[in-house]
Amino acid sequence: MRKSLLIKKLSIHFVLLVMGAAMVLPFAWMVSTSLKGYHEIFRYPPQWFPDTAQWKNYLEVWKLAPFGRFYVNSLIAGISTTAGQVITGVFAAYAFARMEFWGRDKVFMLFLATMMVPTQVTLIPTYIVMSKIGWIDSFEALIIPFISSAFSVFLLRQFFLTIPKELEDAAIVDGCSKMRFIFRILMALAKPAIASVSLFAFLGSWNSYLWPLIVINSNQMRTLPIGLRYFVSQQGGGSEWHYLMAASLIVMLPVLIVFFLAQKQFIEGIAKSGIKG
Amino acid sequence: MQSIETVTTQGRRRAALRRTIIGYSFLTPASTVMILFIFVPVFMAFYLSMFEWDLISPMRFVGWQNYARIFGSSDFYIAVRNTLYFVLVQLPLDFGISLGVAMLLNQKIRGLSFYRTVFFTPVITSTVAVSAVWMWLYDPFDGLFNYLLELVNLSPIGWLNDPKWAMFSVILMTVWKGLGYNVVIFLAGLQNIDSSLYEAASIDGANSWQQFRRITLPQLSPTMYFVLIMGVINSFKVFTQIDVMTPGGGPLKSTMVIVYLIYMRAFNSFRFGEASALSVLLFLFVLSLTLLQRFFLEKRVHYN
Repeated sequence: MRKSLLIKKLSIHFVLLVMGAAMVLPFAWMVSTSLKGYHEIFRYPPQWFPDTAQWKNYLEVWKLAPFGRFYVNSLIAGISTTAGQVITGVFAAYAFARMEFWGRDKVFMLFLATMMVPTQVTLIPTYIVMSKIGWIDSFEALIIPFISSAFSVFLLRQFFLTIPKELEDAAIVDGCSKMRFIFRILMALAKPAIASVSLFAFLGSWNSYLWPLIVINSNQMRTLPIGLRYFVSQQGGGSEWHYLMAASLIVMLPVLIVFFLAQKQFIEGIAKSGIKG
Repeated sequence: MQSIETVTTQGRRRAALRRTIIGYSFLTPASTVMILFIFVPVFMAFYLSMFEWDLISPMRFVGWQNYARIFGSSDFYIAVRNTLYFVLVQLPLDFGISLGVAMLLNQKIRGLSFYRTVFFTPVITSTVAVSAVWMWLYDPFDGLFNYLLELVNLSPIGWLNDPKWAMFSVILMTVWKGLGYNVVIFLAGLQNIDSSLYEAASIDGANSWQQFRRITLPQLSPTMYFVLIMGVINSFKVFTQIDVMTPGGGPLKSTMVIVYLIYMRAFNSFRFGEASALSVLLFLFVLSLTLLQRFFLEKRVHYN
């Protein structure tokens, strides 16, 4: 009995390791290629380790396209979007979770309904509005349409519902104003929920593609994914794969670092929102 | 007595009004954004779909002509076919593999969080960046994949350059990238199943297939339903990897999906009316699929 259990566990590990290797392979090949010299990338058979690691590829990439500028643009858009979603989300979620007023639940359903509308549908009208008010190629276009999201409101509301109402009553009795309660007590208690909302908001902005692709024209205003896209189409037709892989890593790295530091929030946030959604 | 009663009802009414005003003022920031950037644009899309407009010359009302033009053009059918191909291949692969991995991870094994991280990492990485990486893996001459095929004596494939393989190549990369998300969702669903159900079943002599069929499947069906719906909707919205890996719609338009067609009509041909009509169709399609799936699955889905 014990032996068969051991064999079962070992075979599970074997299958998972093989699949895991397939998951890691593209990343490993990216790192390997990014450190190779031009001639090494075409060597046959391909090698995993370059003769000498060409760290200078990473500096070259920085010169070939303004990745520093792309970083700053992505950061500005990401941080503003996140702050916006947390602030508008906390107020809306508080109203939905804690206040009683006429039409509340109907409005909440309308909020949820917005999650069913694909962004591809609102793309063209929003683009037209942006061009009419002169927001093409601006931070406003990257930020303003995304400073509120039904998903963030939903996540925060679900969390607020778990906080006992007595807590607020006690605070009010002690002379705490509603605003003070929200900012000092509720938001402090809701830190895990705010953390997941921030992660999703930032990630959504950081990785967004179609909208910045159409609304940004100048090289100076490009975000990282768009900058990388044009870098790919410049280099991709050629064969500068070592530069392309270095650039890809540069784009991935910040999110990877945040992910490895805050894995629990990421995964639990998704598991919870997925099940309850 | 009477006067006190009127005072209290009046007071109550005033308090209710006050609560409503405060409530809506709390909702104002979030709902303003949603009205301006979701509700208004949806109606605008319907409206614009009735016009011919290049953003420069004056708008011209054409009624249903944009729709007629769409249904009369071969590009539309190509895009629908490609999108359906994407959904029908990507979704079962993703669903099957992620369910399998989640079930393996649910066997009380060591290193659970390690494996979970490995499968989840592609989910959070930039689609453009991983697309670039896979373009290099798929390179027909110097790519790693063709080298691996050669090692096992298979003939090389044109991957993204071959109209027969381009879409499949995009799908393979998409499955690799999206797998971890569903693994996490399925794993959470599996962990929510009461383990005493399995204990009781094995005491009664049920084998593992019977346990899967009679316990896991029905208990997991809400999760499966969620994964399926989200999967279909996300497949219909696919764009980024298509645009990066196969610019221009791929060889012989073999990867031109619906969203790509919308993008081309609007920002390459400047036919904003026709593009709006296409996005209206996409909207109705996604919506009806959601409702249809809900209708058919409702009866088979097991809710606690």
